[in-house]
Parts: sequence; C-alpha cells; structure tokens
Amino acid sequence: MSLLNVEKLSTSFHTRNGVVRAVRDVSFQLERGETLGIVGESGSGKSVTCYSIMGLIPQPPGRIEGGRAMFDGVDLLACSHGKLNSIRGRRISMIFQDAMTSLNPFLRIGEQLIEPLLIHEKINRNDAIARALHMLNAAGIPEAETRMNMYPHEFSGGMRQRVMIAMALITKPDLLIADEPTTALDVTVQAQILELIQKMQRELGMAVILVSHDLGVVSGFCDRVMVMYAGQVMESARTDDLFYDTKHPYTRALRQSIPALQMKGQELHTIPGQPPDMLCPPPGCPFAPRCERAVDYCAREEIRLLEVAPNHATACLRVQKEKLAV
Amino acid sequence: MNPGEAFLEVRDLKTHFPVNKGLLFSRRVGAVKAVDGVSLSLRQGEILGLVGESGCGKSTLGRTILQLIHPTAGTVRLEGRELTDLRGATLRRARAAFQMVFQDPFASLNPRMTVFDALAEAMQTHRRIPREELPGRIGALLEKVGLPPQALRRYPHEFSGGQRQRIAIARALAVEPKLLVADEPVSALDVSIQAQIINLLARLSREMGLTLLFISHDLSVVKHIADRIAVMYLGRIVELGSATSVIEKPLHPYTKALISAVPIPDPRREAQRARILLPGDPPSPLNPPPGCPFHPRCLYAEPRCSEIVPKLEPFGAGGAEVSCIRAKDVNPP
Repeated sequence: MSLLNVEKLSTSFHTRNGVVRAVRDVSFQLERGETLGIVGESGSGKSVTCYSIMGLIPQPPGRIEGGRAMFDGVDLLACSHGKLNSIRGRRISMIFQDAMTSLNPFLRIGEQLIEPLLIHEKINRNDAIARALHMLNAAGIPEAETRMNMYPHEFSGGMRQRVMIAMALITKPDLLIADEPTTALDVTVQAQILELIQKMQRELGMAVILVSHDLGVVSGFCDRVMVMYAGQVMESARTDDLFYDTKHPYTRALRQSIPALQMKGQELHTIPGQPPDMLCPPPGCPFAPRCERAVDYCAREEIRLLEVAPNHATACLRVQKEKLAV
Repeated sequence: MNPGEAFLEVRDLKTHFPVNKGLLFSRRVGAVKAVDGVSLSLRQGEILGLVGESGCGKSTLGRTILQLIHPTAGTVRLEGRELTDLRGATLRRARAAFQMVFQDPFASLNPRMTVFDALAEAMQTHRRIPREELPGRIGALLEKVGLPPQALRRYPHEFSGGQRQRIAIARALAVEPKLLVADEPVSALDVSIQAQIINLLARLSREMGLTLLFISHDLSVVKHIADRIAVMYLGRIVELGSATSVIEKPLHPYTKALISAVPIPDPRREAQRARILLPGDPPSPLNPPPGCPFHPRCLYAEPRCSEIVPKLEPFGAGGAEVSCIRAKDVNPP
C-alpha cells in the first residue's frame, strides 16, 4: 500500500468575483521513502494541493470539492479534527518558503523546537530539550546550546530554514512536505539546505514532497516529478523520463524557456501569451491557447491524465490519441 | 570625452551608509560598506551583467551609478561627463541619458495613471513634445516593447506581471536614454514570462545601441543576456570577464562555488557534477572580515588571506580579471 494516495482532489476558492478552481482532479501516489517533485508556475495549484492534504485551506473562502487523500489508511480530507491533529506535525510535517513568518518571533528557538514533542509524545522537558539539541546539531547549526536560547530574528535566512527543518523532523515523520523551501534563499545557501534535506531523508527514511517552480532544483532531488498547470496535472513521470522523454508540450516549453548555464547565449524559447485567468479558464486543455501543437479538439475536449508509457502519464490529448492510434 | 575613455567609467566607487546609535544624541557607530571600491567600464551598446547574492551591494551599486544614492567617494563618468558632481536641476536634466527598471513592476507604476499618461509624463519630462505628436510616439514605443495598442487606455492593475514589466521598460525608454540599469527585472516573474522579458531587453539593446547594466542574483539569466559578467561579494567585484569565460572558466573561488550551486535542469548532469558546498552564510557588511571578504568561507584560504586586501587584477590571456591573491594556485595552468 502506498504511504499517501491522493485521488481526484479538487479544491476551489469562492471569491466575490466567482469560483476559482485552484486544483482540479489531482491524483498521485507516494511510496515510503520516495521523493516526489511538484513543479509549476505561480497559480498552478501546486501549493494548494499540499495545503489541501494538510487541512490548511481556510474554509471559507476555500472548499475541498471532492476527492480523497489516504494516508496510511486514513482519509485526511474526511477524518476528524482530532485525528488530523494527531497526524500533522507527528507523521506528516511541512516546511514553508518563508522561515521568518513561519517561526514565532516571541519564542526562543528551543521552545519552538520542543513544542511538537511535548504535544505528540509522552516525554519530559529535559528529554525533549536533549532531542532538540541533537536535532539542531544534525541540521548543521553550530553552537546548538547557545542557539536554543536565541530568537528567530537573530538567525540568518539559511539558519532559520535549518531551524524549521529541525522542527519539522524532530518527531521523525513519515512524510515531509516542503513548499518552495529554498526559493527565498541565495543559491549557495540553497545548495546547503537541499543537501541537508537529502541527508535527513536518508537517515529517517521518510518520503518527501518537494514543491518548486524550479525544474533545476527538482532534477537533482526527486525520484518522480509531477508538472502542474492551471490547477491540473499535465504530466507525471520518473524524473529521467520527464526530462529525456517529455510527453507534454507544456513540460517541453517550460524546459526550453529556462536560461540554463550550459546553453550558449542564443534567443530563449518563449511560451507566447500568459497563464489563463483562473476565474474563467478556457474550455478543453488549459494550455491549448499557448500550445504550439494544439489542434481543434484541444480546445473542446476535457483533459485527463492517462498513462501512455510505463509509469509515465500525460494529459496531452494529442499524445494520447497518437498513442491509441498506434 | 577623452579619447580611449569608455562610455561609462566608474572609478573606486564607495557607498557607505552610516549606522547611528541613540535617538536624541545619536552618534555614528559604524558604516555599512554596501559598495566598497568598485571600478567598472562599459562600452557603448554593451550589456554588463552584475551578479551576486543578497546583500552584496549590487543594487546599491546600480543606484549609485544612476545618482539615486550619492556616493561616499569615487567617480562615475558617462560619456566623459562627471555625474557625481551634478546637483539639482542639472542632475535632473542629465537623467534623460540614464534610466532604471526596477524589480517589482507592481510597485514601480502609478496605479492611478493609464499607460498613456504614464508614458506621456515620462516623455514630456525632458522634452517639449507637441500634444498631437504624443499618440504616435507612444504607440511606437508600445510596439517596441511588444504591447498591443489597446493597452494605452488601461491601468496597471489590468496587466499581468510580465506586461507590467514591459510598461516599466517602455517608461524608461520614453526619454530615449543611452544607459539603462535594470535591477532584477525578471526576478518577480515566472520562467515562461522571464524568457520573454530577457529576449526583449536583449533585442532593445541590439536595435537601439542601448548600454545595459543588468543586475541579477541569477547567473543563468545573466549568462544569457550579458556580454560580460561582474561578480560581486560584500561590496567588491571579485571577478570580471566575458560571459562565457566567467561561466565556463570561473577564476575566483567564490564564482566557482556560485556556479556549482546553480541547479541544472538535467537529472544526469546534475547527478554527475561535483558541487562545492560553501560553509556558512555571507558575512554582514556592517562588520566585514579583514583582508579578503570571502576568506572565512573560502576553501583555498590561507593565513595571509585575512591580512591582504586583494585587488582586481588581470589574469591569463582572456582579458578576465580576478581579485584573489591565490588566483595562480587556485587556477593552475
């Protein structure tokens, strides 16, 4: 059985101007110890997918319209609040993009670190502090004992992100959801943090969902990658297949528009137009208006994710039809 | 302009921000040396990429060159004219020659002005243009930056981030400047939109002979647009050279680490390459380390690195310059 099995998750936001279908029919599985990357541009629904699983969507205006998220036999979308709270922070942890706003500025780091332990485990304070010290050391924070008594503002951005990781992993979760954990950091610090998450993953054997807008970050980090656009999954495959045997025109266009260091200074490939207005998304495939390969039926038929090769699914209607014709 | 002098010539530029303590009887306790002795020169029509991590002083350098911040010391000469001496109305008039594009197109446009008004205002700041000529000129400007003519009557909030950045670029170009400083112009944009703006800036520079100082934290973006790249660390330039030589044959230990940290969107290459992990964070510019500012994180540092302040000096035959006293040991022939 998979560790996490998300089926047909749909999340909407009911705003004054209309309904925004931020996530539509998203399904994926995650095995124990596996790393899944969710890639997409802003507004593609990658964060909302994670927030929905974690029960962090404010309702209203948000609403989970349907679907299931089975985590080890429990449907996270339907279970009681108490049950959810016993899983969150203990078996599933989350780290966010901006460590400064995720940490409490009034509490010393030590207090914040031991809080999940005191809540979820029968443990006395001194043991909890010992575990926290161990965790800070493992997260690469020097002089951990002094640091325990410091406040978040006394840390640099990279150090704060290390504290967040230590806090998220102190309960030894089975799943870590990392929502753009390095986007606010400089590249040299980003490299340190990604290395740290990988090291901790090896030690704890946990599964990781890494949300990122950066295909480069995902390429070195994930076993599998899911590409999202306008609230839907466009392509999902093993990382190598996604890069070397791309099946969706959006993934290809995204890859080509990244200014990679290895390329010569030629004109960059651009995707014409802009992502659709999510208040009134176009009918059919949401990428069709910008797609080089779009044909008449792309703007008419509803898309769905179909496997076109082993463990390789795409939502591209053309690719699916060509595959069926063969 | 003296013969042989570059189009833009920056010499020993320093921008220090005083740090004061106490409210009533405040006294100066130190200075943030945001820019600390930078020399640069740009040829006409050249694109220089300025890269560095947050806090390295790259934005302050850009703003100081444009006299938005007054330098503590040093000179900035544009076509032989000294800019740092200019004040008041003279400076205002001189600004027609140099303009800036900012990172956040949501903050840099007046939300209560239509695109037409915003562009007309910029155009008329420096020149008297008959009203009847305005629509034609503004229309041409819009076309140049790739916006539809219907955009004229609309307000900034009606546009996406990428289109807003096009408006900001059009506004900077409205006065027909010779030098454009673009400070992280694509950092707030999604990758698919980023590429459009990078291509636009490259094309404008080519077609209009515009000299461009392109500031970014993203080496891959800079590599794509720049002729030459300057790498900054803690207020100083540590390496300067052609875009290909800096990316493919980095000389300074910091540049090497920076390049090795940029993720490659290619799983096999990413798995194969050796990554140089730098220890620690960049130090505070309030209290920079003595000697070479990079030595506490440098893998090649030796005792004398904390004593000698390195100078940017030519290295090798390719015209590259590096500021490292161990450059020869770090880059064996």
